[in-house]
Amino acid sequence: MSDIENIQNDYLAKVEAAADIESLDAIRVDAIGKKGEISLLLKILGKMTPEERNVQGPIINGARTMIADAIAARKEALETAALNERLASEWLDMSLPAPQSHSGSIHPVSQVMDELTEIFADLGFAVAQGPEVEDDWRNFTALNIPETHPARAMHDTFYFPDKDAQEREMLLRTHTSPVQIRTMMEVAKRTEGKGEPIRIIAPGRTYRSDSDATHTPMFHQVEGLVIDKAIHMGHLKWTLETFVRAFFERDDIELRLRPSYFPFTEPSAEVDVGFSVDKGKRIIGGDRQGKEGGENGGWMEILGSGMVNPKVIENCGLDPNEWQGFAFGCGIDRLAMLKYGMDDLRAFFDGDLRWARHYGFDAHDVPTLSGGLSGKGAAA
Amino acid sequence: MKFTLSWLKEHLETDASLSEITEKLTAIGLELEGIENPADAMRPFTVAKIISAQQHPNADKLRLLSVDDGSGNDWQVVCGAPNAAEGLVGVFAPPGTYVPGADFTIKATKIRDVESVGMMCSEKELEISDEHDGIIALPDDAPIGMSYADYAQLDDPVIDVSVTPNKQDCMGVRGIARDLAASGIGTLKPLALATANLLSNTVRVEPVETRNAQDPSTSSGRTDVIVINSDSDSEIFNIPRFGNGPDVRSEDSEGAPAFYATTVKGVKNGPSPTWMQQRLRAIGQNPISALVDITNYVMLDHGRPLHVYDMAKISGNLVARKAKTGEEVLALNGKTYALDDSMTVIADDDGAHDIGGIMGGEKTGAGDDTVDVLIECAYFTPESIAKTGQKLMLTSDARQRFERGVDPAFLADGLDIATALVLEICGGQASEMTKAGAAPTQERSVTYRPDHCSTLGGVDVDSAEQVQILEALGFGVDQTSDIWTITVPTWRRDIVGSADIVEEIIRIKGLDTIAPVALPKSVTVAAATATPVQVLERKLRRTAAASGLNETINWSFISEKEAAHFGGDWVLANPISEDLKVMRTSLLPGLLSATKRNIGRGASSVRLFEIGRRYFKAKDGSSDEKLTLGIVLSGDKTARDWQSGKSSNFNPYDAKSAVQTILSAAGVDVSRLMVMGDAGAHYHPGQSATLRLGPKNILAAFGALHPTAQKAFGIKGDVMAAEIYLDSIPLPKSRATMRSSYAPPSLQSVKRDFAFLLDEMTEAGKIINAIRGADKANITDARIFDRFAGEGVPDGNISLAVEVKLQPRDASFTDEDLVAISDKIIVSAAKLGAELRG
Repeated sequence: MSDIENIQNDYLAKVEAAADIESLDAIRVDAIGKKGEISLLLKILGKMTPEERNVQGPIINGARTMIADAIAARKEALETAALNERLASEWLDMSLPAPQSHSGSIHPVSQVMDELTEIFADLGFAVAQGPEVEDDWRNFTALNIPETHPARAMHDTFYFPDKDAQEREMLLRTHTSPVQIRTMMEVAKRTEGKGEPIRIIAPGRTYRSDSDATHTPMFHQVEGLVIDKAIHMGHLKWTLETFVRAFFERDDIELRLRPSYFPFTEPSAEVDVGFSVDKGKRIIGGDRQGKEGGENGGWMEILGSGMVNPKVIENCGLDPNEWQGFAFGCGIDRLAMLKYGMDDLRAFFDGDLRWARHYGFDAHDVPTLSGGLSGKGAAA
Repeated sequence: MKFTLSWLKEHLETDASLSEITEKLTAIGLELEGIENPADAMRPFTVAKIISAQQHPNADKLRLLSVDDGSGNDWQVVCGAPNAAEGLVGVFAPPGTYVPGADFTIKATKIRDVESVGMMCSEKELEISDEHDGIIALPDDAPIGMSYADYAQLDDPVIDVSVTPNKQDCMGVRGIARDLAASGIGTLKPLALATANLLSNTVRVEPVETRNAQDPSTSSGRTDVIVINSDSDSEIFNIPRFGNGPDVRSEDSEGAPAFYATTVKGVKNGPSPTWMQQRLRAIGQNPISALVDITNYVMLDHGRPLHVYDMAKISGNLVARKAKTGEEVLALNGKTYALDDSMTVIADDDGAHDIGGIMGGEKTGAGDDTVDVLIECAYFTPESIAKTGQKLMLTSDARQRFERGVDPAFLADGLDIATALVLEICGGQASEMTKAGAAPTQERSVTYRPDHCSTLGGVDVDSAEQVQILEALGFGVDQTSDIWTITVPTWRRDIVGSADIVEEIIRIKGLDTIAPVALPKSVTVAAATATPVQVLERKLRRTAAASGLNETINWSFISEKEAAHFGGDWVLANPISEDLKVMRTSLLPGLLSATKRNIGRGASSVRLFEIGRRYFKAKDGSSDEKLTLGIVLSGDKTARDWQSGKSSNFNPYDAKSAVQTILSAAGVDVSRLMVMGDAGAHYHPGQSATLRLGPKNILAAFGALHPTAQKAFGIKGDVMAAEIYLDSIPLPKSRATMRSSYAPPSLQSVKRDFAFLLDEMTEAGKIINAIRGADKANITDARIFDRFAGEGVPDGNISLAVEVKLQPRDASFTDEDLVAISDKIIVSAAKLGAELRG
């Protein structure tokens, strides 16, 4: 073994033994630094004969490369070890709770209103609105409920002592039906009495002076109105079937129309929906049977409807011989209860955060037809 | 409207089962409300005979009975009734029987040490009457062992249907029978036949001798008194008449256009016959006396209210007239009503006695000692009755019928039926009938095209069937041309047009025959169905919820006390409670009340919002409703946690942050809003503000709630609140979807920091606005990154550090450029008293 080889091996051993970056650097300076042992050997190469140089050159250069490589490798190993040590010292207990982001909730009535808007958008119904503080002409008279009509007394109306500029009594609307009047009058005005097809729903707050376990003085209704030239009760039935099945998201729902009376429709029908009983709860749809003792399935009333009374169309300034159509009205709170299983109407208006978290909806659960209204997606 | 099955069958000849009848009632628009059979509760009670009655060994007033109920048992019953004697046939209930009139279930027991098994019942215990002085004594030949329900013919189901306001004809049993007959459930008996049956009912119960004994003038016998023309619907009776009719008249042709009356002299009032009492009781009416019961019965049977007067109590003649203002009537319900001159009364020389068509008077009504009776059968105008009833807040069976409209052509028949019943039950001699005035019986007709049934009703019913249905309901159909002329029966005041005819046909045909038909698909499929405001409302609702707020829906009305802090334009005349009286002009009261309830339930952190309207009055007296989003934050903003060890509270900047988040979602550039005061008196004056788009356009108010308001709502701890006025937010003007083209700046922006010394009451927002405005071409943003008071800063001053972002356009900034911009910034800030720190 030559001297150079001995020197080389000596350095390689030192590199291998270097415990930290500093000592490794000292070894580098000693070996291959400007005045390092190997560097000095390289300098004497110039003084050699070409023959000697040819022999010694590769040996010395080789030693330098080997030592330089070894230093680099050792340096990387030391750095990795140092990093690992630091990382180990930086351990955090990731089971500790993270700062909380607060998620709020959407009230079921708002969610259901959005669902209704979506269903009826697909059928071409626009959303109309009107004031809740109404005049008695739009709430009653125009709807063919004259002052002395028994139906007026049945409405449990909240009145104000005030009268408007036309000396009409002001009240809280007892139903969303005055929006029908407003919509038809607006159309009559805009078309100068000629009229045009109308399809609207009108969701909103309504009021009756009634308060018990199943009634609150304020509640929500949705009104539907279709005016056109050849609309008949068959269209009404189809629309209601489509709406109810879409809303409850099942096809096996039966509807039953029963003759009834509303002054603003003629003919009039109350609409029952078939329900079954499962685990003591009423489920809309199904075979109308009871499943586990107790109550049997059957029919329950969910809305009132009918063909718009010609007098109402006339009161709005449209020609009842040309235009006809249907209207319906339905309680939104009740729809929400039937679909989502709340059993206490009064809780809707209490603002209890526990209730809101239980029955409320996530902000991003926007009802869509593609995702299924309640966001469950298509059946597998 | 309640009636019994046997009552219905007085008018309806049918083999249909009870369930067929009740299902059909609902199907034709007479919704079944309930059905019950009074016999069900009476099944365990049997006709039984007292075999022996001995003195109770330990009690003077008690007896020891041995009772045979036909079962072979010999029941030992201890009984205190004075009439409990050997041989009496009465009604027995064995142990285990529920006794409805006493509300208990019989158990075998010991009374004064003697065993008693079962009970002999009084009428009160069976809810037959209030009689409780003795036990029921049946005729001796009553069959022992027979169910009392069968013996007393109680097995008569009571049917309750809901009659809609348009079906005035179904406010009487006969009208219901007519509807059922039209729908194929049996046939309607002629009126005369139905009435004959009634009278023969009477014969069965009330022995002829009784009546003849006290009224010898008709001793020739009942069947000779009244001749019934049972084949005809007109001239149904031939009542023997003695003397002129009473002198009655109407001076109020508007309120009471017709006033018919007959007198019957020499009657004996008393209990009405059992069949009548049973029917009245079955539907929940208390029998009073024969004369009163007869009028009630005819009203329920035919929807024809009547009234009976004791002629001895009338002075002079009866007249229907308008009341004098202030005139008072003591009505049969024991209450006195003050009337006005829009109301119709029946009066005599002494004054008003009846509130016409609504309630009779206490003074002139028929009683047990009535001998001569006047039966009133008038036509009161529906609108007039409705107004009077509403004003007096007085309802009655008569009002319900008159205001819906009774059959104006049924006065004479109704009066005759009542007269015949009075003669049969109470005896006496009838007078001629006085017919003062005339009811509006003019024939009315509507034109109708038979295809309207399918074009409106959606059911194709062939012409022959349409005619059949209409005729069965009493309509006349003239088919001589394509457009039919249909005569409306006098009892169908509600029928005014072709749509009404369609309803009659399809309800009888059955709404289940309507086939669903799809709505024609709208041509303009891409049109939005919600208005921009509705879209905005939906978006902001979900933004609020996404930012951690829980949506509530609170009453639109608040108490006057709450309104005191917020004001209110609309105050209810008839609130349901004082707490729900004033239409809110702020969403905060409702949210604050909900906050209080939540804190009371232990909630530590309350984040609530509501989107709803505030209610104001417009100048023209109409309603001005403003859509608003309200927010309340209270309790912990963050709970105690392991990092800080402390909880943190909400502060006014949290309210500002919530408002800015929501306004940003609404498309408002919040950096451009003006921050001004005047948030309202319910806010802390130093910790609240408004955000405005211009000096007058307030988009939102927010801040800490005023301690006084907080106390008024009973909330401990700080409350942050905000209201965002959705109607003030500008809506996008353009519906175009295309955006302006985008060219990113080619040069990087530059940041420079400045520190200013300024008065601590100088609003930082103004400094920032001044800096932003100092060189709009180059300055794209300025934000505060430090605010400091204390060492090195003079008292009453603060140090504000601002980072300014500069955006070079065509070329990088030179040193000269930067100096020039800095100078502009320093000058602008200096105008507000801010001095650059060295």
